[in-house]
Amino acid sequence: MSDCIAHMAPEPVFAEPWHAQIFAVTVALNEAGRFDWPDWAARFSATLKRNGLDHALDGGDDYFHAWLETLEALLAEQGTALPDDVRGLHQAWEEAYLTTPHGQPVHLRDS
Amino acid sequence: MPHDDHDHPHALLPPEPALRVKALETILTRKGLIDPAALDEIIDTYQNRIGPQNGARVVAKAWSDPEFRAALLEDATPVVAGLGYYGRQGEHIVVVENTPAQHNMVVCTLCSCYPWPLLGIPPGWYKSDAYRARAVREPRKVLAEFGVTLAEGTSVRVWDSTAEIRYLILPMRPEGTEGLTEDELAALVTRDSMIGTGLPKVPA
Repeated sequence: MSDCIAHMAPEPVFAEPWHAQIFAVTVALNEAGRFDWPDWAARFSATLKRNGLDHALDGGDDYFHAWLETLEALLAEQGTALPDDVRGLHQAWEEAYLTTPHGQPVHLRDS
Repeated sequence: MPHDDHDHPHALLPPEPALRVKALETILTRKGLIDPAALDEIIDTYQNRIGPQNGARVVAKAWSDPEFRAALLEDATPVVAGLGYYGRQGEHIVVVENTPAQHNMVVCTLCSCYPWPLLGIPPGWYKSDAYRARAVREPRKVLAEFGVTLAEGTSVRVWDSTAEIRYLILPMRPEGTEGLTEDELAALVTRDSMIGTGLPKVPA
């Protein structure tokens, strides 16, 4: 706690690129009317509470893990992004990275 | 990081959650629900254009202009919207004023609701379980850890943000700032002073 609160140096807005991406996806979907913000906050809060049961969340990486988990569940429930499709594309992206020569742009094979 | 060598035969594999985000983005883009260019725009806005400097401008104006201050405390949402700062999530912004009798601080016990248009993305500590739990339970102790000691007789009020209502603290104008311009005053207003976990800087 003290460490975390005593930390006064300026920190980057987003510590990892994927934090920024998931934040932007969520804001964009909200602006497009796919869900309203109070509903989002209630779901996100429930995830944080659940994830914080076994250890105190530090508000960094674990915060965005909870964010991602919440968005995945919401989109699955809506039928917007089904878990099987997400898993398939996750694997496709992983393969794309592992088979693209270093330094070249990574694209999905079948897109 | 596991991959640091230059001889690596393939592209650097992003961390697992990053691949999950890419998977979602691909699905949503293919369905036409999001536009990758719009995502870049959102990130750029929050990384570069929205931050505590917005809130500082509001505070400096309130210190300088009594009518603006009165309107701000009465109903902040339209007043800050007039300066170009409005919530993307449709929330109301409420400004609460520190006085010699009462110091105010803000927390979100629900998750991390925060006045984005005025302060940007919240710092890590604001999102931590430790701050979220302790700000309500032992605010004076938390303030002390931030280096804030209040005068005896000053009470502390903690405001709990929600998805609908976000709070901004209007700190007390530091002494010795008579005659400063709004820009000079804004430079004294720190992010933490607008969350209530800090005080404005004192002019040198």
